[in-house]
Amino acid sequence: MDNIVFLFLRRMRQPLLTLIAVYTVAILGLILIPGEDPQGNTWYMSIFHAFYFVSFMSTTIGFGEIPYAFTDTQRLWVTVSLYTAVVAWIYALGTILSLVQDKTFQRALAERSFARRISRLREPFYLICGYGETGQTLVRALTDRGQHAVVIDRSEQRTNLIQLQNLRDHVPALSADARKPLHLQEAGLPHPACSAVVAVTDDNETNLKIAITSKLLHPDIKVICRADSRDVEANLASFGTDHIVDPFDTFSMYLGTAFHTPCLYLLQRWLGGEENTQLEDPVYPPREGLWVICGYGRFGKAMTSRLTKEGLQVKVIEARPDITGEPPEGWVKGVGTEAETLLEAGLDRAVGIVAGTDDDTDNLSIVMTARDVAPDVFVVVRQNHSENQAIIDAVNADMVMHPSVIIADRIRVMLATPMLHQFSFLAMHQDDSWACELISRISALVNTKVPALEELLIDRELSEAICEAEKAGEQVKLGEVLRDPWFRDRSLPAIVLLVERDGEYLLLPEEDTDLFIGDRLLVVGAKRVFSRLQWNLCHGAALEYVRTGQVQSQAWFWRKLKRSSGDRDDGSDTAGDKE
Amino acid sequence: MNPEKVVFGFFIVLALTLNFGFFVGEIDNPDHHHVYELFAVVVVNLIATVLKFGDRSQMGAVLLATSLVANLQLLAASIVWVVAVHGGGDGLTPTVTASIVSLSGGALLANVISVVLLIIETVMLRR
Repeated sequence: MDNIVFLFLRRMRQPLLTLIAVYTVAILGLILIPGEDPQGNTWYMSIFHAFYFVSFMSTTIGFGEIPYAFTDTQRLWVTVSLYTAVVAWIYALGTILSLVQDKTFQRALAERSFARRISRLREPFYLICGYGETGQTLVRALTDRGQHAVVIDRSEQRTNLIQLQNLRDHVPALSADARKPLHLQEAGLPHPACSAVVAVTDDNETNLKIAITSKLLHPDIKVICRADSRDVEANLASFGTDHIVDPFDTFSMYLGTAFHTPCLYLLQRWLGGEENTQLEDPVYPPREGLWVICGYGRFGKAMTSRLTKEGLQVKVIEARPDITGEPPEGWVKGVGTEAETLLEAGLDRAVGIVAGTDDDTDNLSIVMTARDVAPDVFVVVRQNHSENQAIIDAVNADMVMHPSVIIADRIRVMLATPMLHQFSFLAMHQDDSWACELISRISALVNTKVPALEELLIDRELSEAICEAEKAGEQVKLGEVLRDPWFRDRSLPAIVLLVERDGEYLLLPEEDTDLFIGDRLLVVGAKRVFSRLQWNLCHGAALEYVRTGQVQSQAWFWRKLKRSSGDRDDGSDTAGDKE
Repeated sequence: MNPEKVVFGFFIVLALTLNFGFFVGEIDNPDHHHVYELFAVVVVNLIATVLKFGDRSQMGAVLLATSLVANLQLLAASIVWVVAVHGGGDGLTPTVTASIVSLSGGALLANVISVVLLIIETVMLRR
């Protein structure tokens, strides 16, 4: 905070001293040199007059010679001091100007305004460290859901991107090294509203440092960290990092799910996908036969161990085993972009191929060559850069592994909808037919777009109608609030996936499940459903209508009137109002 | 020996000594307090203040504060002098002289504190 003041004072010391010295010498000269008044008497300039004269002389304003015209000696002295004083002023002003343009000074100013903005935040926010592809996807997803984020990245170019990206919420960004605890503190790590720290820089060491700093300075905070290697993962886990996301392991886990329970895999993809994108088609990776893996990097290793665990035959093609380490028995040397290498690895009898090098062009080339040799082969391709999206889409692979997207999707689910995380966990223990049935139910709700997913908390503030019903001693059922408040015979196109009540979870609750205050619901459905659902929850008359089919009178007067005439009229006339 | 410290100490002590020189004498006798001396005190105090800029320590902050106080007092004394001599006053009457000298006396006190702090800091340094 005080950096700027001190920096300013320290830099101004020299010019100010020069100014004082020049002024003093000039004033001294003026008061010591004798002058002559119009009557020819000798006079000496007073200190006050000398100061006044030097003040306007040195700033080149020049009001003339006071109080009497100067003698030549005085003029000589004034000439000398005039030039000296002007130079001293230029020196002082120049120092101020260069200080304002100084990078250090500007950074200090930016840091200060950033820290002040952060300390004023009142709503919960997430601290995102690293604004690469993952960070950008994540921040967009979070702000689209009305959540707040603060970004810290080493590169100024990337943080400047935020202003161009047209995000829904203002995202404060600091371009500083996140490895320094001071910068994390400035970015709001100790702030009580900071609810999670996400370390998604492209450097393992940096992520590690961020995670350990966060755990030490704010132990209660949730820390989510990206890690690419086993060592770092073990290290992160050792001090209690809440979630460690390894894109390669995550993908190989997805593949495992797709092997055994294709419907469950599809369900996860649908629910975890980004809203309003096209729904994915189911994939059925072949479970018997030979798989060819090109590239034995981190991804290749994860895939090899997964496929071997599934009992499949694996052949690895690797160009630089000296860097990646020796692949398992029977590997082939090469990149895999030539048909010869692929044939040597046995592609003509293979069922699947993994194009997993860290070069997108190589991967695409592998896929195209492989399709020439074996047109029906199952293709998994690794995408390294977002800008290659169009060509990766064009090659139409069966599965695409894009690390940034995988990490961003997983973290988004953890932060925005933690209940979905829980749901996926519970769904793992169900069999595939259960997932298939749910898939068909969801696809009936929405046509081809990824459905909206929301967590709803039934509390006293937002669900007033439920509170009133509870007070009146009535028990609201889940199926009742899922009816259309405009037309109760129609049910809302939504499915309640999970109910959390007192720390217990109810998977796919039935329609006649009781609803209590304090329940948390995970609802999937078309986007427009949620506003109607909110009507049922918070508006007494709407809830009354969907439950009983009767329209309750709103105002106190009408209710009185109705009660007094209740014997004659059973309220059937009001039901007609609704039509 | 740090030359920066020498200059620093020199100006702080000089500010005190000059201030004292101006202050001694009969309080209302203009002959005992020359205006050139006041001028020198003001200049040296300004220099001492600027030298204290940009020190982040607690001691530096208090040193700067005492200097600012001394400057304020001296500025007031100078203004009184200017008004009395040039501003249509009656010149340096005993009343005016007494108020100028007493204002510089306040500055003297601030300068004494400044020097005491400097000594304390030096003693605590033990190097």
